[in-house]
Amino acid sequence: MAAPHPESWIRVTPQGLYCEPGDFFVDPALPVARAVITHGHSDHARPGHDAVLATPETLAIMAARLGEGGPRSPQPLAYGQSVTQNGVRVTLVPAGHVLGSAQVVLDWQGSRLVVSGDYKREADPTCAPFEPVSCDVFVTEATFALPVFRHPPASGEVRRLLDSVSLFPDRAHLVGCYALGKCQRLIALLRQAGWDRPIHLHGAQASMCELYGRFGIALGELRPVPRPQKRGETVLPGEIVLAPPSAEASPWMRRLADPVTAVASGWMRVRQRAKARGVELPLIVSDHADWDDLLATIAEVGAPEVWVTHGREEALIHALAGRGVRGRALHLLGREEDEDAAPEPEPEPAEGASA
Amino acid sequence: MSLPAFAELLERLIFTPGRNAKLALLKRWFATQKDTDRGIGLAAIAGELSFTAAKPSIVRDLVRTRVDPELLAMSHDYVGDLAETVALIWPEPPNRPNRPPPDLSEVVETLELAPKDRIPGLLEDWLDTLDPGGRIALIKLVTGGLRVGVSGRLARQALADWSGQPVEELEEIWHGVPPPYLPMFAWLEGRGPRPDPRDAPVFRSPMLAQPLEASDIAALDHRDFRAEWKWDGIRVQASSGPGGRRLWSRTGEDISQSFPEILEAMEFHAVLDGELLVMRDGEVAPFAELQQRLNRKVVGPKMLRDYPTGLRVYDILFEQGEDLRPLPFDARRERLEAWFAATRPARMDLSPQIAFVSLEQLEALREGARAAGIEGLMLKRGDAPYVAGRPKGQWWKWKRAPLSVDAVLMYAQRGHGKRSSTYSDYTFGLWREDDQGGRELVPVGKAYSGYTDQELVWLDRWIRNHTTGRFGPVREVEKALVLEIVFDAAQLSGRHKSGVAMRFPRIARLRADKPAAEADRLETLMAMVENRAG
Repeated sequence: MAAPHPESWIRVTPQGLYCEPGDFFVDPALPVARAVITHGHSDHARPGHDAVLATPETLAIMAARLGEGGPRSPQPLAYGQSVTQNGVRVTLVPAGHVLGSAQVVLDWQGSRLVVSGDYKREADPTCAPFEPVSCDVFVTEATFALPVFRHPPASGEVRRLLDSVSLFPDRAHLVGCYALGKCQRLIALLRQAGWDRPIHLHGAQASMCELYGRFGIALGELRPVPRPQKRGETVLPGEIVLAPPSAEASPWMRRLADPVTAVASGWMRVRQRAKARGVELPLIVSDHADWDDLLATIAEVGAPEVWVTHGREEALIHALAGRGVRGRALHLLGREEDEDAAPEPEPEPAEGASA
Repeated sequence: MSLPAFAELLERLIFTPGRNAKLALLKRWFATQKDTDRGIGLAAIAGELSFTAAKPSIVRDLVRTRVDPELLAMSHDYVGDLAETVALIWPEPPNRPNRPPPDLSEVVETLELAPKDRIPGLLEDWLDTLDPGGRIALIKLVTGGLRVGVSGRLARQALADWSGQPVEELEEIWHGVPPPYLPMFAWLEGRGPRPDPRDAPVFRSPMLAQPLEASDIAALDHRDFRAEWKWDGIRVQASSGPGGRRLWSRTGEDISQSFPEILEAMEFHAVLDGELLVMRDGEVAPFAELQQRLNRKVVGPKMLRDYPTGLRVYDILFEQGEDLRPLPFDARRERLEAWFAATRPARMDLSPQIAFVSLEQLEALREGARAAGIEGLMLKRGDAPYVAGRPKGQWWKWKRAPLSVDAVLMYAQRGHGKRSSTYSDYTFGLWREDDQGGRELVPVGKAYSGYTDQELVWLDRWIRNHTTGRFGPVREVEKALVLEIVFDAAQLSGRHKSGVAMRFPRIARLRADKPAAEADRLETLMAMVENRAG
C-alpha cells in the first residue's frame, strides 16, 4: 500500500496546522487542547494551551514569557527523541533559529512531513544547528524569500558595530534587537569578537539572558542601564546597550550619551526600511534563512512538495516551480512577517528595581 | 580593497544624521585611505565628480541576463530603488573571480577612457568581484546617483579638522585644484606647498556679521559704523576674470548654473560680495519668489522671465586681480562706487548706505522697515578690513523685531538624531470660519526651534498625554495648547492650505494659560502679509 499523501492527514484550520490522526496542532494561533510548539517567539508560542509538547528550552521560555497563560501540561521532549501519539510519531530536531527551536518531524504510515518552524543555517553560538531531515513534505517559512535577501556573515556585522564604537568613543551604541534569540546571539558574537566589557541591557532583555544562562549559554557580564545621577546627565559613552527595537522611540533612551542607534535585523538589508526607522547603523543580522539558504535547504531535504507558512511565499513558490518542486501557500493566520515586530517595550522596572 | 572601504563610508554617511558624526567619518577616510582613492572618494561625495558613465538602463539590461524576470520584478517592487535592487539581487558567480575588487580610482579612470560599448562588460566584471555593499556603491557611482548628504562645505570642514589648516584657507584653494586633489593632500600633510589657484576663480570665505542684541547697543559709538538695509535674499560671491566666472553661495557651493543671467552680466575682472534677489524694475520680490529659482540644475526661459534675478552689491574683494580685503570698509566702499560707476554691469545695483545721526534714529528706521525684501539693518565698522569668518564687533546684523501670533498645536512629530525619541517638530494652526458657520483650525506652519530644553521635555510629555491619533511618526493632539509663535515675515503662498507661509517660525513661549478658543484667527496673520496685491 502506498503511503498516504500528507495532505490527507495534515490540514490547515482556523487554529493553525492540524494533524488529524494525532489530534494535535503545531504552533496554533488559538488555545487548543494539544499543541506541539516549535519555538518560544510569541507568534508561535501562544498562551492558553492545555498540553504542550516542546523542547525543555522552549517550555522554559514559554513559562517565563506567558506566566499564567503558559502550558497547563508541559511535555518536554529533547532533540532527537520521539513520542508516538495515536500512531503519529513526533520527533524534535534542531532548527537553528533560537535556543530550543525545533523542527517537528511527523511520521504516519510511512509518510513524513517536517514542520520547520522558523530556521536559519548560519552558525549561532547560542543554539543547536539546523539538521536537515529528508521528507515528503517540507513546511517552511518564507520571511526573507526574495533574492535580494542574502544575509552577510553576522560576525562581519558585529565587527562593523565594534568599529563604530571605536570611531565614536564618546557615544553610547544602542542596538535594537528582539529580546529572545537575537539579543543573546549578538552578545555571544560580541564576546567571540573580543568585546569583554560589560554589556548593558534594557529591562525587557535581561530575563531572557538569565534563562539562556540557566541552559549553559555563557554571555559574560551583563548589567542594567543605570539611571543618570544628576538631571541632564547621560550615561554609558563608549558602551554597548541592547534594547527592544521600539525602545529607540521612547523617552527611556534619552539617558544614553548621544546614542548611535543601531538595529540588528534582516530587514536592514533594504535601505528604505532602515531609513524609515531612522536607524543610524543598520546591522544585517537575522535569525531566519535568507534566499539562498531557503533554496539550499529545500534541495537538501529533497521534498517533492513544499508548504509555505508565512512571508513572501509567491516568490519562493515561483522559484520552486522552476526547480520542479510543487509549492503551496498555507496562508496561516496570526503569523508576524516582521521578525522584529516586537510589542511596545515593557515599561522599565520601577525605580531601583532594575539595579 | 578601496571600493569596499568606500562603500562602507557611503553606507555610514547615508544613515548618519549628525554633523559631527559625518565629520568623524570623513576624517577617518582621509587619514586611512591612500592617494588617489581618497581624493576621488572625496570628489564623489562632495558632488565634484562630473561624469556619468552609464545610464541606469545598462545596469537593468545586465541584471536581466542573470536573473529570472519575475523574481526581479517582485524584488524591484519590494526594494523600490533599481540600483539597490540590482546590487542586492546580483547572483554571486559560483566561482568568485580570482582577483581583488577594483580600486575606486581604477573604476573612475577606466570608465573615463573606455569606449561606450565596453562599459557593460567592465561593470559586469567588477560586479562579480564585489559584495552587495560594494555593488551599490559601484552602481550609484557610475550612474551618478550618489546622494549622501555631505555638502562641499562639510567636506572642506572635515579636511580642515583633519589637517589643522583653517577652513578659510581650504576654501581659497579648493576650486583651483581638481580631483583627486593630490597637491592639496600633499599640502595638508605637510609634504608640499600650499597650492596656488592663480587665475582660477576660487571662493573666498566671506565676512559674516554677528546678531546685535539689546545688550550690545549701549557699547556702540554710532560714528564708527555705516548702515545698510539687510536684504532678504541669498548672500553670494560673484567672481569673474580671465580664469572664468563663478557665482558662489555663502558656503562655497558653485551655483553658477542656476543663475545664467547673472553669469552673463559678469563682464568684468573683479570679485563682488552681494545679495541675490528676485527684482523687477529695481523692486525686490519676497524671498518665496527667489526660492523658485534655488537648487535648479536647468533653468528654462519661463523661469528666467517669471523670476528675474539681480545682484545688489555691497562689497568688493578684488579689482583687476588686486586684493582689496586688507583695506578698511570705507576705502573699499569708495573703490566699489568708483568701479561700479565705470563698469555699469547689467542686472546689478549698489546697496545704498543709509544716512543717520544716532542709533535711536536707526532703531526707528529698522522698526518702520516692513517692505518686502528687507530683514532689518546691517551695521559695518568703517575701519574694518574684510576678514573671513565672524570677527567680533566688526559687522552687526540688526534684524527687525519679529512678528507674532498665538497659534494652537495640532500635530507633533519626532525629530531626528538626538531628538528621535522626542516630539520636537510642531504643526500649529489658526482659527477660521468653516462652511457650517462654525470655526475650524487650519494649519499655518511648522516650528522646531525656539524652545528651551525644559520646555521641550514639557511639550513632549504633554503631547504623549494628549494624543488623539497616530500616523506613522506623527501624532495628532487635542486642540488645547496655545503656542506663541514668532516669525520674520508672512507671505502669500499657493502651496499652503491656509494660503499663507511664514518665514522662519519658531516658538517664543508656551501659553498653557491661554484657552485655545482665544488663539488668533487666520485673518490676523493675513493682515501681516507683505506681498498682497493692491
